[in-house]
Amino acid sequence: MAAVQETVDKVRSVEVDAYKYGFVTDIESDMAPKGLNEDIVRFISAKKDEPEWMTQWRLDAYKRWLTMQEPVWARVNYPKIDFQDLYYYAAPKRSPGPKSLDEVDPELLRTYEKLGIPLREREILAGVEGAAERRVAVDAVFDSVSVATTFKAELAKAGVIFCPISEALQTHPELVRKYLGTVVPVTDNYYATLNSAVFSDGSFVYVPPGVRCPMELSTYFRINEKNTGQFERTLIIADKGSYVSYLEGCTAPKRDENQLHAAVVELVALEDAEIKYSTVQNWYPGDSEGRGGIYNFVTKRGDCRGDRSKISWTQVETGSAITWKYPSCILRGDESRGEFYSIAISNGHQQVDSGTKMLHLGKNTSSRIISKGIAAGRSDNTYRGQVFAHRKAKGARNFTNCDSLLIGDTCGAHTVPYIESRNASAVFEHEATTSKISDDQLFYCMQRGLSGEEATALIVNGFVRDVLQQLPMEFAVEAQKLIAVSLEGSVG
Amino acid sequence: MLTITDLHANIDGKEILKGLSLTVKPGEVAAIMGPNGSGKSTLSYVVAGRDGYEVTEGSIVLNGEDILAMDAHERAAKGIFLAFQYPLEIPGVTTMTFLKAAMNAQRKQRGEEELTTPDFIKRVRAAADKLGVSQEMLRRALNVGFSGGEKKRMEVLQMVLLEPKIAILDETDSGLDIDALRIVAEGVNALRSPDRSFLVITHYQRLLDYIVPDSVHVLSAGRIVKSGDKELAHELEKNGYRDYVADAA
Repeated sequence: MAAVQETVDKVRSVEVDAYKYGFVTDIESDMAPKGLNEDIVRFISAKKDEPEWMTQWRLDAYKRWLTMQEPVWARVNYPKIDFQDLYYYAAPKRSPGPKSLDEVDPELLRTYEKLGIPLREREILAGVEGAAERRVAVDAVFDSVSVATTFKAELAKAGVIFCPISEALQTHPELVRKYLGTVVPVTDNYYATLNSAVFSDGSFVYVPPGVRCPMELSTYFRINEKNTGQFERTLIIADKGSYVSYLEGCTAPKRDENQLHAAVVELVALEDAEIKYSTVQNWYPGDSEGRGGIYNFVTKRGDCRGDRSKISWTQVETGSAITWKYPSCILRGDESRGEFYSIAISNGHQQVDSGTKMLHLGKNTSSRIISKGIAAGRSDNTYRGQVFAHRKAKGARNFTNCDSLLIGDTCGAHTVPYIESRNASAVFEHEATTSKISDDQLFYCMQRGLSGEEATALIVNGFVRDVLQQLPMEFAVEAQKLIAVSLEGSVG
Repeated sequence: MLTITDLHANIDGKEILKGLSLTVKPGEVAAIMGPNGSGKSTLSYVVAGRDGYEVTEGSIVLNGEDILAMDAHERAAKGIFLAFQYPLEIPGVTTMTFLKAAMNAQRKQRGEEELTTPDFIKRVRAAADKLGVSQEMLRRALNVGFSGGEKKRMEVLQMVLLEPKIAILDETDSGLDIDALRIVAEGVNALRSPDRSFLVITHYQRLLDYIVPDSVHVLSAGRIVKSGDKELAHELEKNGYRDYVADAA
């Protein structure tokens, strides 16, 4: 609890005048009232003790946001969001969490068991009251602290900066200021602009020139990972000739009171640098009737700013009620390369509209898109991708392969490619297939001893194999299990 | 071993099997012959438990146990193996992965320990060598890009590894040249044992020169209309099915 106390003290020292902000807030309770206005934005910034330019940056974003319209082009349906009915800072508990695992939805517990998650972690994921605090206390003695310490020492030796972005604003403000918003501008899109105004926290990574980051960076090791909230902001910079691999997410379905999530991730790769970004997303998809579930409206973009730089996105998307996500690459440097490998699984009433953009600006740039969409239940799964070659992007090349797999006959798969070339030397290839798991295939596997669900999982894992191979080893193993769990009940 | 009594089965409301009875004793190789459309494949699917077939009357008993209420994978674990006429391709799943998944799924159902990886590999190697299945084939996705002969050999390899109580061979000879037919037949013959039975479904007598049956049954219009020894197969080869088709009608 020391960290919270520290924040409180810090905020106090700024001498926030509650009245000045138009509302009365008990600072001790560490929350802001519902709704969004300029004062809330100032409040968030003040809470984090941010430099004046940052406050101004947020306010500019907020003013811009007021003039924008929520996008409607995606193939998703949901009730209109009342943005004034949301909490934007440290949302208080609207309903108390379960007191113990006995009060948690048994369906959720079954999933944890299948994924092989340790008991104590199950409590935290399920939001059992006090579980996180107990864990901190216990792990502080055993593994967490020592692991984190070793980890930090090794990174420091390599000169890699890896910390919460709020901390980076204090310790390396010049780096944050130089790069923040240069890939996803404040004005980019409705949700990104909202995020710019109110983002809570997220990761900051800087890898110095020529350094190969000695380990895969994972949010798991990030200090203060708790309460990054619904508006996460991540900024990763790989300086000249460096390399970094970053893992985001968790295979365990996480209970979260916040329905709307609008994160922004910005990657910058300078000359000869390479960034590999892997995500496994498994947020609560809603119940069997499609109630509840998280809306995931994310803006992820990488800028291959230097010549011969490379950015690779790999994602496994199984959760959320609605996914609206297009990790993209701006191929600015000559001979730079962008990659997008995606597995998007939808079941139940989930809606997925995901894909990528490869914007070829530099000469001899190349990109590769491998997308595997799997739709089951009553879900809708759309791949939406743009490949663009600028007039100056001579010799640009793209290869796109979009495969969709349907399970059952009440789901939908859609492919919406946008391909535009403004110079004659660009070569774009696009392949797309849609297939169904056939009754013949299922029967064949079942005749060999696999249950219907095991057979489906095996066939689906075969279908997504090309992409799974792109994931770091242990992540791939988890993802494989996750795929099996997400498709449960899809065979009837 | 396997006793089928007065079996009636529909697909999409159309009755295909109309009172079929058949008994296969332990160690027996029974051949089922019959014209196109007589219900040969339906018989194999109904015994293996494929969805979509509705059994309206009769019973199928395996080693004293009625299996009609069981799902296909449960019957597989009880020892029923079907070698498919057209083996399915499973893209992206290597043959090794598939074999391990199948063997362990059956073991799990029977409450047995899963195979250790070295033990598994040893078994597969031994069986593959005998059947001329290359290591390269084992690394490829199951049946993807395999020739007709390779697919059939893969079926026999699975049969060897899964050690069934009763193996049903559905038109295993179709699409095979003589060399491939010989390899497949040798594989099957090597598996013959006093406690394993075979149901060899075929349209032509040719296969039965290689897998010599103990009994031959003529299936026509959904029923067994004649049973005999291997000589019956030769007779059919000479005279065709005309007499039996007429009989059934």
